Formats: sequence, structure tokens, C-alpha cells
Amino acid sequence: MDSLLSAQNLSVRFGGVLAVNNVSFDVKRGEVFTLIGPNGAGKTTVFNLISRIYTPTTGTIDYQSSQGMLRLTDQPAHKIAGLGIARTFQNIELFEHATVLHNLLIGRHTHRQTSLWQDMLFTGTARAAELKAREKAEEVIDFLDLQHHRDSLVAGLPYGVRKVVELGRALCTEPQLLLLDEPSSGLNVEETEDMAFWIQDIQQELGITVLMVEHDMTLVSKVSNRVLAMNQGEVLALGSPREVQTHPGVIEAYLGTIDDVSNLRREAA
Amino acid sequence: MQFLQLVISGISQGCIYGLIALGFVLIYKATETVSFAQGELMMLGAFCGLGVMTFLEYPFWVAVLASIAAMALFGILLERAVIRPILGQPAFSIVMLTIGIGYVLRGLVTTIPGIGTETHSLPVPYKDMAFNLGALTLNAEQLVVIGSTAVLCGALFALFKYSKLGIAMQASSQNQLAAYYMGIPVKPLNGLVWGLASAVAAVAGLLLAPITFVHANMGFIGLKAFPAAVVGGFGSLPGAIVGGLIIGVVESLSGFYLPDGFKDTAAYIVVLVMLMVQPNGLFGERLRKKV
Amino acid sequence: MRFIFKTDYAQDIRLAKHGGHVFWYSLLVLCLLAAPWLIDEYWLAQLTFVLIYGIVGLGLMLLAGFTGLFSIGHAAFLGVGAYTQAVLTNIGLPFPIALALSALLSAAVGLVVGLPALRVKGIYLGIATLSFGFIVEEVFARWEKVTGGNAGIHIKAPDLFGLKVDTADGFYFLCLVLAVLATLAILNLLRSPTGRAFVAIRDSEISAQSMGIQLAYYKTLSFALSAALAGIGGALYAHKLQFISPDQFNIVQSIDLLLMIVVGGLGSVHGAFLGAIFLIVMPQLISLSKDFLPAAIGQAPGLQSVVYGLVLIAFVLFEPMGLYGRWLKVRTYLQIFPFYRRGMFKRQKSFQKSDRLK
Repeated sequence: MDSLLSAQNLSVRFGGVLAVNNVSFDVKRGEVFTLIGPNGAGKTTVFNLISRIYTPTTGTIDYQSSQGMLRLTDQPAHKIAGLGIARTFQNIELFEHATVLHNLLIGRHTHRQTSLWQDMLFTGTARAAELKAREKAEEVIDFLDLQHHRDSLVAGLPYGVRKVVELGRALCTEPQLLLLDEPSSGLNVEETEDMAFWIQDIQQELGITVLMVEHDMTLVSKVSNRVLAMNQGEVLALGSPREVQTHPGVIEAYLGTIDDVSNLRREAA
Repeated sequence: MQFLQLVISGISQGCIYGLIALGFVLIYKATETVSFAQGELMMLGAFCGLGVMTFLEYPFWVAVLASIAAMALFGILLERAVIRPILGQPAFSIVMLTIGIGYVLRGLVTTIPGIGTETHSLPVPYKDMAFNLGALTLNAEQLVVIGSTAVLCGALFALFKYSKLGIAMQASSQNQLAAYYMGIPVKPLNGLVWGLASAVAAVAGLLLAPITFVHANMGFIGLKAFPAAVVGGFGSLPGAIVGGLIIGVVESLSGFYLPDGFKDTAAYIVVLVMLMVQPNGLFGERLRKKV
Repeated sequence: MRFIFKTDYAQDIRLAKHGGHVFWYSLLVLCLLAAPWLIDEYWLAQLTFVLIYGIVGLGLMLLAGFTGLFSIGHAAFLGVGAYTQAVLTNIGLPFPIALALSALLSAAVGLVVGLPALRVKGIYLGIATLSFGFIVEEVFARWEKVTGGNAGIHIKAPDLFGLKVDTADGFYFLCLVLAVLATLAILNLLRSPTGRAFVAIRDSEISAQSMGIQLAYYKTLSFALSAALAGIGGALYAHKLQFISPDQFNIVQSIDLLLMIVVGGLGSVHGAFLGAIFLIVMPQLISLSKDFLPAAIGQAPGLQSVVYGLVLIAFVLFEPMGLYGRWLKVRTYLQIFPFYRRGMFKRQKSFQKSDRLK
């Protein structure tokens, strides 16, 4: 498998805080790659670097787009979707005053075929493009079972459904690489299982590479091919889920051991 | 000498802009809403002072204190009646509401038979007093404006930085729900902020009255205070005053040195330049959503 | 109760969603076409103004209601359109060409005014547009060679390549045609990617960017289109009044325009026209009711100000969705009678949260 995305020596500094420190990893085409780590480790910051919401202080990100190898760090934020990278957000960033369908159709923006004048006059081309976009959005709705909510305003939907709508909106861009920021946070057991199945389907049926940030270790072990553990902006461990979960450094920083509790017991006594 | 004279008169005018801008910034800092009614509140404060002095025939200092107290109360009541129900609505709606309040206040004042439609002068004790410092002529009115502004600013700065009240105000503006959880009485606090802003507006009105006379359209000066607040950075109290001073001085100088028409638009040209160079004003904060 | 069974995607895309829509809107168009013969001259003039303000309202609705960019100086664009049309018509250019040029010049000014929008948001943008409004008004007053300064200028009647439109009826039809075209253009925009991009920018700029929407382009476009519509409205306004002066395009006019879209219903196309109706009818209602009110209130000079202010406050407090929102509620009540529940349109209680970083 070849490398789809490769980050080299990424660092980003916000004022005095070094949020990400010399992080390097690569995501192979077709795999599910997960970032884990405690809060504040810099995982979402890495995502924001890839989406070009932030600019790295040092380091580069290379991406294998359909036009060849591109230096992602040179691209502006609005070009990222056109290159085939889509993302979801940790705190849902949906378009609140629009319907679910509307949100999904906005996801189709990069596949736009009409110019301003064609839109204003709603020519035959515009109509055909609209119907095609509608069909594609419908495919995503089928994939995620959102039929029931198609015409509901996002503002009135429960949290679990919103997470799925955000996933759907990202899928509508027909990406090569999908960035999922904590897909199961706030979801109950059933919804998390659904999410796991969807991630597997996205990888196997749709052939999309998934890069995700996750805290739920069961979900991580179930769907990931490789895991990267981060702590305080630095790389701690990289490998298969099994390897990373048994890595002593990761256990100490993030997963926790039985030893920690016995320390407390001794102190209390 | 002419230059210095112009600068001083600019500073004094700028202090007025700064005081009104201070009112905006107070409300914005505490509740993150922009109030377009400050100008009209200032006008109301001036009329209050006029009423107490000419109709109730009380001396100047009583009138000042009475106006400030009355306006503070009015501000609290206004907040309770009209602003509180709409908190949480998009910023634009709140702005339109305050514009509506301005319209109502202006209309009500012009309705008062006889007084409302006329221009009055406020009989202040230091009226027409002037000092000569060498070749400079310093108007007592201008000096009083500058002095009072300085005192008021110091007091407000201390309030926000050192008192629990000030910190509570800042907390409730940044995250209202969290402030509720922390036991901060958010609603009365908002009322207090509006009361404070109205009191500041009353002071501005009383200070401005000797210079521009008291009339129902005084409030339009409030529109020039917006560029002042923006130049200083919306959300910074010292910024409001600094912004006001800059606008006042630029206006004064351009009225003399530049051709006709620049005096009125000077404030707006300054603010546009500032927004191009430093979008968040001189002391403003970065506005960016963290995702 | 009406159930709409959707059987193909084209149904979702159509402007008229069902038979009822087609019927009522056709009826509306017929009434509007027959208006010169149905109502007297005075009310026809008011209707013409409603159409003109409606066109301007569409532009401002696009900018503030759909893209979320607040322009407190919109009267400036109205003025640019009016003055351009006046100057060009007076030197003899035919109406359509003068109109196109007015729209283009307004759009260009809109582009310039929109530049701060790329760097600043919210109240800062509002103040920037307010400043532009004042500056443009001052330019109208000072540039006497072209605009006649504070004395104003007169405008000749529109000339459509030889066909002179100098009757009130003829001008009414001209305005009607332009209003319908403008409405259709906006409706088309809203059901296509451009319109959706505008709405995306309003609701969440960051995720709009992540969806590939270039903020700079769409914000500038929104300003340009909005200004162009205001320019067209201004050109018609100039022809209708036959005389324009700088003080007709001041801050009060700008706030009137904002009042129009807030009262009409922010974020709906109907709102633009409902707001225009409100703006034109309200002063009439006030003067009509003056006879019924006691002298102290009725003859008070500030009455219009107070009424406007109270209406604005009332709408923001009790009917944030505006006149269109109220109409929606009434219609829903009638449509699903007796199943209407009181909380159907209730907004969720929201707490204010700051976007500031410090």
C-alpha cells in the first residue's frame, strides 16, 4: 500500500504553548489510522493542521492527490475539500438553520458544475447538476439511514443524529481521505456499534482512507489498522492497536494501570 | 498655537466620544451585545439634568447626581423589560432592538410639549469661563470634560480589574451558562451593567450639554462614538477612550486643515483605515472560533 | 391537511412545491397585472414603491438574511444606483443601458465595501459599512459637478429605445417586471450551489471552508449582488421621484431598509416584500390614525419615531421570524387544524457563549 498522507516533523506553537512537537507519521492508502491520547495531546490540532485551519510553525504535510504529490501546507483552507480530504468536527459544526438534506447538498459543493449566471437563470445545466447532486446526497442518506430526518432542521435534532449528519456531509464530498474527530464521543453503546460498522463500510465498500481521533479503545481496536499515540504534543508510540495498547509509555500516560491506584491506597494509609 | 488649540478642543470632543464608546464597550464586555441606544440615553441624561435644573430649580450638583441616579435606574429597568427576554438571540436582532429603543426615546422626548422640539442651554456653573495659558485659551467646559473622563475611567478600570463584580461581569459575558453554574447572578448583573452604562451616558450628556446645547437630536453624536469604539478595539475599556481621543483630534484637525466635508467624515475614514490595518482595533481581542 | 408525496427529485427542486402554490401565486400575478385598473392612482404609486423597496429588500435580505453579513449603510448603494441612473438618463442614454450601468457601478461599489468583510466580522463589519454609508453620502453632497450637491437633480422619464415610459401605469409595469425577475433570480440562486454557499457562510464559516467554499469569493459576491439589486432599486426610485438629493440616502434610510427586512422576516424571500409593504403602509396608517387619537399624541412630532421603534422592539421580542414567520404560524395552524400545538415554532432556549478568545 502506498502512502496517501505523510506528515514530517510537524510543530505548531500558539504563543508560548507548543501544541504539536515534531510529529511525523504517514497514512497508507485504504487503511484506518487512529490517533489516541489524553486531552490536550494535540490530536485535534493535527487535524486542524491537515485541514489548513492552522499553519504549522515548522514541518510539512505531503498528500498524494489525483494530480500527484502535493505539499498540503502550501494550500489554502478552502482547497482542501477539492483535493479529496473531508472532515468532521469535535464539537459539531453543522449548518444549524438548514435541513439535513441542505447540509448534505452543501457537502457536494466541490463537485459544482455551474457558474453564477447559470445558477441565477437556472439553466438546463443547472437543473441537471442539481438533480445529480440530489441523487448523490440520497446515496449517502441511504448509506447512513438518515431517511427519517431528511427534511428536519438540524437545530432540532438530537446529538447522536447530528453526529451522523456530519459524517454524511463529509461523505458527500466523495473524499479520498476522511478525517473523523472523535466519532463516538457522546454516543451510547448502540450508536457506537453503528458507527463502528459504518467506519468499516466506509473503508471496505467505499474504499476511503480514514484518519480518526478516538478515545473509545474498543472502537479503536475493532476498526483500526494502525494507531498513533500522542501525549503533550509528541509522538509516544506507533503500531498496530495491540502493540500501542501494550506499550508501557502509552499505558502510563493515557490508559492507566492497576499500580496507580495502589499508590493512592498507600498514601491514604 | 492654533494647532494646540485645535488639539485640545479635539481631545475634549474626543472625551465625549470616548465616554459614549465606554458605554458601548461596557455593555459589550458584559453581555456581548452591541447597543445602538447609547446616544439616545446620553440625550435623555442631558434632558434629565435640564429638567432638574430649570424646572425643579435645584442647584447644579444635585442635578448631576439626580440625573446619574435616574439614568442608572432607567438603564436597569430597560434591561429588565426589554433586553433580558432576548438574550441568546443573534446579535443582529439585538442591535435592531436597541435601534428601536433609540427611536422610541427620541420620539418620546420630542413629544413632550414645548421642551422636546426646542434647543436648550444647560446653566452650568462653569459656563463661559475660560483660562488663558500663555496664548492658549482653555475653555472651562473642555477642561471639565477631560477631567471628569479621566476620573471616570480610572474608577471603571479599577472596578473591572480588582473587584469581584467586574470579574463576574467578564465571566458571564464569556460563557453565560457556566457563569450560572458558578452561582453568578447573571440576570441582575446584566441589569447592573446596563445601569452603569446608562449612568456613563448620562455623564457624557451632562458634559456635552454646555458645548452643543440640549436637543432631541443630540443622540446622533452617538453614531460617531462607534468608530471610536472600533478604533480602540471593541471589548477594551481603555481602547474606547483612546479611540475617542484619536477620532476627536483627527476631526478637529481635519476641520481646519482639510477642505470642506472632511470634518464630518474624518471619523469614518479613520475607522476604515484602522479596520484595514488592524482589524481588531488597537487593543482589541482576536475573534476566532476554536474547533 | 396537505400531504406532499414526493416521487422524484425534480419535485424538491421546483420553485412551486405543489398545486396550491401555483394557484395562489398565479392569482397574485394576475392581480398585480390588473392593478392599474383596480386601484386608484395614489395607491398604484404606493404599490410601485413597494415593488421598488422590495427589490432593494431582496438584495439586503441576500446579504444579511442569507449570508449573515450586516450592512448598516445600505442606502449608499441605493444612492449610487439613483445618481448613476440620473446622470446617465439626463445625458440621453436609453433606460436599459443606464440601468445596467447603474447596477454594475453599484456592484463595483459593493465589492469595495465588501473588502473589509474579508477581514472583519459582526459588529466591526457593521461599523465599516456604516462608515462607508456616511462617506458615500458626503461624496454625493460634495461632488457638485456630477451630482448637483445638496441641491439635488431632476431626472427625465425612462426611455426604452424610443418607447417613452412617462405614465404612472407604464412605469408600474416596468417595476413589476424587474421585481419579478429579481425575485426569480434570488430564488434560483437559493436552490443552487451559490445560494447554499451563502447560507453555509452564515451558519458556520469554518465548516463552509472545509466543504470547499472560498469565503473571500462568496462574501464579495454577496456584497456585489446585494449592491447591484440596491442599485437597480435606486435607479427606479430616482425615476419615480423624478428628483433626488443626498439626504434621501442617509443613515435614516439605511436603518429603514434594515427595519424592513427585520420586520419582514430575516432569511426569507417573502420577508423582503412583506417588509416593503410594512415600510410603505406604516406611515399611511399613522397619518390615518392621527384623526382618531387625542391631539397630544396624534399631533406629536415624534409619533412616527415612537411607532417605528415600538414596532421594531415588538417584532424582535415577540416575533423574531418577522411578518413571514407570523404568516407561517397562521398558515400551519390552518393547515393542520386542529392539531396545532402552541410550542411548534418555539426556539430552543439558548445561552450566550462568547466567540472571543481572550
